[in-house]
Amino acid sequence: MSDVTETSDNTVAASNTSATDKPPVLEVVDLKKHFPVKKGIFQTTVGQVFAVDGVSFTINEGETLGLVGESGCGKSTVGRALMRLIEPTSGTIKLDGRDVTNLSKRELRPFRREMQIIFQDPFSSLDPRMTAGKIVGEPLSVHGIGDSRDERREMVAELFERVGLRKGQMDNFPHQFSGGQRQRIGIARALALNPKLIVGDEPVSALDVSIQAQVINLLLDLQAERQLSYLFISHNLAVVEHISHKIAVMYLGRIVEYASKEAIFRSPKHPYTKALLSAVPVPDPTLKRDKLVLQGDVPSPVNPPKGCHFHTRCPFAEDICRKDSPPLREITPGQLAACHFAEA
Amino acid sequence: MLDEKTAAKAPSGFVHRFMDSDLVYSFLRSPVVVISFIITALYFLSAAFAPWIAPHNPFDPASLDLMEAFTPPAWTADGSMKFILGTDDQGRDILSTLIFGSRISLIVGFSAVLFSVVLGVGLGLLAGYAGGWAETIVMRFADVQLTIPAILVALMIDGIARIIVPVELRDEMSIYVLILAIGVSDWPRYARVTRGATLVERNKEYVSAARVIGVHPIKIMFQHVLPNVMGPVLVMGTIGLALAIITEATLSFLGVGVPPTQPSLGTLIRVGNNFLFSGEWWITLFPSLALVILVLAVNLLGDWLRDALNPRLR
Repeated sequence: MSDVTETSDNTVAASNTSATDKPPVLEVVDLKKHFPVKKGIFQTTVGQVFAVDGVSFTINEGETLGLVGESGCGKSTVGRALMRLIEPTSGTIKLDGRDVTNLSKRELRPFRREMQIIFQDPFSSLDPRMTAGKIVGEPLSVHGIGDSRDERREMVAELFERVGLRKGQMDNFPHQFSGGQRQRIGIARALALNPKLIVGDEPVSALDVSIQAQVINLLLDLQAERQLSYLFISHNLAVVEHISHKIAVMYLGRIVEYASKEAIFRSPKHPYTKALLSAVPVPDPTLKRDKLVLQGDVPSPVNPPKGCHFHTRCPFAEDICRKDSPPLREITPGQLAACHFAEA
Repeated sequence: MLDEKTAAKAPSGFVHRFMDSDLVYSFLRSPVVVISFIITALYFLSAAFAPWIAPHNPFDPASLDLMEAFTPPAWTADGSMKFILGTDDQGRDILSTLIFGSRISLIVGFSAVLFSVVLGVGLGLLAGYAGGWAETIVMRFADVQLTIPAILVALMIDGIARIIVPVELRDEMSIYVLILAIGVSDWPRYARVTRGATLVERNKEYVSAARVIGVHPIKIMFQHVLPNVMGPVLVMGTIGLALAIITEATLSFLGVGVPPTQPSLGTLIRVGNNFLFSGEWWITLFPSLALVILVLAVNLLGDWLRDALNPRLR
């Protein structure tokens, strides 16, 4: 329990790392992103999309937090708000203990080196008119790393080999690579600045299953080697289980359950997490399971339901769920869930 | 597999890769396009080397002989082999004025397209990438200008320039005024296309990646977005060249273009037009034909380029 702060949301301990005095690599408190809905010729704001509605978590050095949820729950928005690709509405983002939430674009630049992102689509995330070597070398030249062009090229070559590409492929264009290779280029680009934290925005969702495993193993190797921290955004529970230390489950812009991987998979506390896990296919046709199948669709984030966001689909919902929003509270040590009825 | 194959086939780099490309393949497969290309290339070459190619120098008063005025083309009864396409009212060789006229037309057309591409692409890129007020101002301006026919805009600019430029400089400046007028009259088309393409590219993840790295927005615009929106602009520019040549000819025909001492195809057509009813048809027919062939060839090239670069029509 190294990072106990004033909010109880941040009390999940790093799963197996020993307690140190170092601040967490990333600390996010009550992050919100509301998109205005504009209408009419005067573009008056008629409503808000509550894409991310108060999300808090911490990531320690060498640790992976898996952020899961179905599409539209706001998990990608969290990643983009962290990278300041979109401006968060409110909340704080602390990188290595330093508040970077309100820095201007210019002030933010040095922090870019510590936080990078790998995108989902390996086809649109690389500039089609640049060679692979230039793409990977761009962060180096922008941040003035390496003294000469030759030295930078040398560094790019090393990065290429590290992610499993050949040096000779540096002068090829993105369209000459396969999807998996392109994603490796994306990883090399993210690694170029030697960041502490890498946000993976569904980095393997667009790849074949066999390639997914290779890319994930590469990410795991890099983590072990460089003490990298990952925020791994995905909708694929199997992938998240493989790579994460901790998992946060999101539903309609809020975290509904937040615990170590083991706790989530062994004894989920929130009904939504239970439903997600029971939807995961098991390769055993004879196995009988108590399936928890949800009815209906995710409500619109423009008008999220009052009280618990999940009550419209929750089989256990009662009156209190329609009135009061349940806080994220500790159910068992280190396991937090936002449900009125969750018990140890 | 594929990588190794192409690598083995094209070891010597760019030239081989270029000759192997889809573009060259579709070019060589269409005879119309090859002919259009040859014609356009001939125009450009004859424009570049006009003083050496033209049989006479039509702008050297010493070489002109009024006795030779109105000589019909060589194959007619009164024609002479000295003037293959005949002479005009001042005894100038039509073929030579044609070659020099095409040169002026091409220079004006090309420079005007370049001008409107730079202006239109720059403003379109800004509007598409920055959005907000910049976009509103640029695009409303473009919309308003598009409600006025381009030729009227060009006439207006030409008129204003005539007021500003002192009389003694008018002939000298007229070619620049013409380039400016045609260029300004045509930029909204490029701005629109560029803005549209920029809006698409801006939301691609490679732009986000550049932002996350900390690349300056201006650099993102020019290094990442611009090369990816140039495809449609190139096609429009080719078709725009034909349009600019026609606009130039129209302005010159109306008498507001280049002066008769430095005639373009449009000027030649206008001058010849005066003699059409008195029987000297060759003075206006050959410049007109030259204009039609040039515009047609450039247009066909542009059409082909549009199809060849359009991935949906492949």
